[in-house]
Order: sequence, then structure tokens, then C-alpha cells
Amino acid sequence: MTDQAYNFAYLDEQTKRMIRRAILKGVAVPGYQVPFASREMPMPYGWGTGGVQVTAACLTPEDVLKVIDQGADDTTNAVSIRKFFQRTAGVATTEATGEATLIQTRHRIPEAPLTEDQILVYQVPIPEPLRFLEPRETETRKMHSLEEYGLMHVKLYEDIARHGHIATAYAYPVKVEGRYVMDPSPIPRFDNPKLSDCPALQLFGAGREQRIYALPPYTQAVSLDFEDHPFEASKAPHDCDLCGASDSYLDEVITDDQGGRMFVCSDTDHCRCRREAGHVGRLGTPITEGVS
Amino acid sequence: MTVSVDGADALSGGFADPPIDAARAFRACLDVMARPGRIAELGGAVPPAPLSVAAGTLALTLLDGTTPVHLAGAHDTAAVRDWITFHIGAPFAGASEAAFAFGTWDALTPVDRFAIGTPEYPDRACTLIVECDALEPRGARLSGPGIKDEAFLSLPEVAAFRANRALFPLGFDAFLTAGTRIAGLPRSTIVEDV
Repeated sequence: MTDQAYNFAYLDEQTKRMIRRAILKGVAVPGYQVPFASREMPMPYGWGTGGVQVTAACLTPEDVLKVIDQGADDTTNAVSIRKFFQRTAGVATTEATGEATLIQTRHRIPEAPLTEDQILVYQVPIPEPLRFLEPRETETRKMHSLEEYGLMHVKLYEDIARHGHIATAYAYPVKVEGRYVMDPSPIPRFDNPKLSDCPALQLFGAGREQRIYALPPYTQAVSLDFEDHPFEASKAPHDCDLCGASDSYLDEVITDDQGGRMFVCSDTDHCRCRREAGHVGRLGTPITEGVS
Repeated sequence: MTVSVDGADALSGGFADPPIDAARAFRACLDVMARPGRIAELGGAVPPAPLSVAAGTLALTLLDGTTPVHLAGAHDTAAVRDWITFHIGAPFAGASEAAFAFGTWDALTPVDRFAIGTPEYPDRACTLIVECDALEPRGARLSGPGIKDEAFLSLPEVAAFRANRALFPLGFDAFLTAGTRIAGLPRSTIVEDV
């Protein structure tokens, strides 16, 4: 039931038009960060205000919304944003990746392959991949316009010089269609290969930094690397302790103060589906019918 | 303001339920811009001729008082101006200042009059709404972002869009409209004759 005190999807129509124009320009220039007049939202910066505004501008009453936070549907951030749109837009929600038409995510791409009928909206804290190398916006803007990305390669090289390998584990920069270097938001680099050639439309919203950018479907996003140090997607060298998956991204959970730990799928929906299908990990118990 | 009596007067023809109609219309616009070659249905507005239903709906969805609009050729009529002024309030502008431009391809050419953005702000580019007689998924071959392998779309011309692609990341973006149908052609699309 929509809360009638609010306009559909919370934002006023004037704001939505402004955001919609920015999204369309972002789609037309893949990887370029479009400035937009980000609004105050009823949640703190850093809690996904950019993603929420992009979602609000895209939602229709027919959408089925899924919200994940680090892959999980049941954490505070995900539950709050899901409830926010249930209340202000009256849309249906789901935890199943396959049923969703619009997925807002904080720092993960779902394990299940996305389809052409889905939109993935990322919450982005720092949209500028060059920001920690060059703090001045006027300079980074010039660097993007001149395609001057040598500094980023120096940063990755310094990783190799110091650690022997590229130690950047998340927010690993990609080059979009051979033009713009883009921050894929702090997703683990395990997820980077899923950015490229994805059938779904991917939209990125940074509220505090007031930027929107996009990866249209089937767009090339190549992780930066070197010939002798090629990009490698990495994960913890374990299987999920609940569902036994060997190919999903894992969270490490400390279970006691004796050094006990377990590794579980970060994507809770993926893990649940596998357990319901009868897969059982090292510490898992089989799910019986009717109990989830 | 003069109000005509032919049914398409300036005060009518807006969205029945603006937030919902605009949300659905935007998704159609987003879909076709993200997937060049795809043709979607777009309706909800009843603009005065010669503005098509799709172009009028797009105008209600994306334009407001901050977006200078250019009406080219036969689209620059008192009825269209009144309708846009009443429903949208967008200021009218010449081709070089426009954020959105409406017209047939012949009226919009030469297209190098329109803003293509700046190297540091390529988003400050014009969006052309090209009114066509028909839209068909055949004709020029399209490839690039948003397109799996290849797509085809009936374009009024190929050379101008090839020249536009050569400017990337600068360049204008285009929507093509015919009746209630709409297709998108962002500057990133590679257009070829077949």
C-alpha cells in the first residue's frame, strides 16, 4: 500500500526529471560521470542515497524490487531501503534474484547471471577512480577528458613493487569501451568480470558526490592490468560452509575466540537456493521441506 | 493565450496521472537508449500536431523549465509552443542553445548546429527528437554499447550519425519517434550502411 503522503517513489517530479536526464546522458557516454543535483534523502550519506535516487527515478508500479547489501537481503541497509520503496512506491519486493526487475546493490553483483529484463543499481561512495591519486576535481576532470590514466597504472605498479602482485581487492578500476576509466563501486574484484558484456543495464549513483554513471548492456569493461601481471578475480580459497559452493564469493565469519571461523556465501539468495536444492556444506544442516 | 477549438488545445493532452505515466514513459526511453535498435511503445500525452504522441510524451517526461527547447521547421507552430509552455514551461531557444530539439530530420539538418558537449562535460550535449514517418528494425546496421552483436534500424541518414560517432565522447544523442513508437540512438552507437 502506497503511503499517500508521498509522491510516487518519494521524489518530486521535477527532481525525477533532472535525474532521468542525467541517467540518459550517462547511458549515452558509458563510464562518464554525469553531475546531478543530488537531493537530501531521509537517510544519511553513505547509506545509499545515490542508489536510492536512481532507483526512485527508474521505478514503475510494475517493478519487482530486490535490495542487497554486501550480497545479503537481510541486513539493515537492505531492509531499510526495501521498506522505503514498499512504503513510498508500493512496489512488490523479492529476495530471489531471478524474480527481480530492478536490483539495488551495495558492493556486490549477484551470483546468478542477470538478464536483459533487469536493471542493477549500484550505491557508490566515491565515484572518481582517480580521487585518491589526485584530490582536485578540476584536475581529474581534465585527466578524463585527455584520457590521461597513466597515474592509475603507476598506482597498480606500486602495488606490484610493494606486494609482488596487484593488491587492490575491491573497487578495482575498469576501462569502459576503451575510453573512460571507471570505479565499479567497492565490489570485490571477484565480481569485475561480471561487469563486462552483462545483459542487464547497470546504473551507478553517488549521492554525496552527486554523480551518476552507467554501463549499458553488452558493454566492454576491462579491468586494468599489465601483460606480465594479468588481472585475476580472487576469493577466499574455501568452499561455502553452509551450501558447499566452490565458485561463489565468501564472507569470513568469526565463530568464537579460539580461532574458529567459517566461510559462507556473501550472496544469501544464492546460498539459500543451493541449500534448498540439497547442497550441504561442511557446517551446514540439510534444509527440510517447508522450513527455510 | 489563444485556445483553439479543434480538440488539441493547449490546456489538454497532458498526463492523466503524471508520476505513474512519467515513470512508465521514462522506462521506455531508458530501455531504447540503453538498447539501440529496440523499438518501444510510448504514449500517454496527446500533443498538438505535428508533434507525435511519442515525442509529446517524451517532452512531458524529460523537459522542464531548466531545459531550453528548439522547435525545428514545421514543428515551430503556435499550437506546439502553447502546449509546451502550458504543460512544461520550457524556454524556447535557438539550435545552438537547445538541450532538446524536435523536428523532422530535414528540418533538424544541418545537425552540426547543436551542442555536442565539451571535453570535460560531454553530457552538456543536445538530445534530438527526430520525427519519422515510420520506424522499422531494418536499414542501417548498428553496433556498440547496448547491442549484442548487431541491430538494425531505419535511419533517415547514415553519414551524419557516422560523423557524430567519430566525435565520441562528444556528440548529440537522438531519439527517433513515429506515432506512438520510439527508438534511441546514443552517440556511442556505430552506424553502418548495409
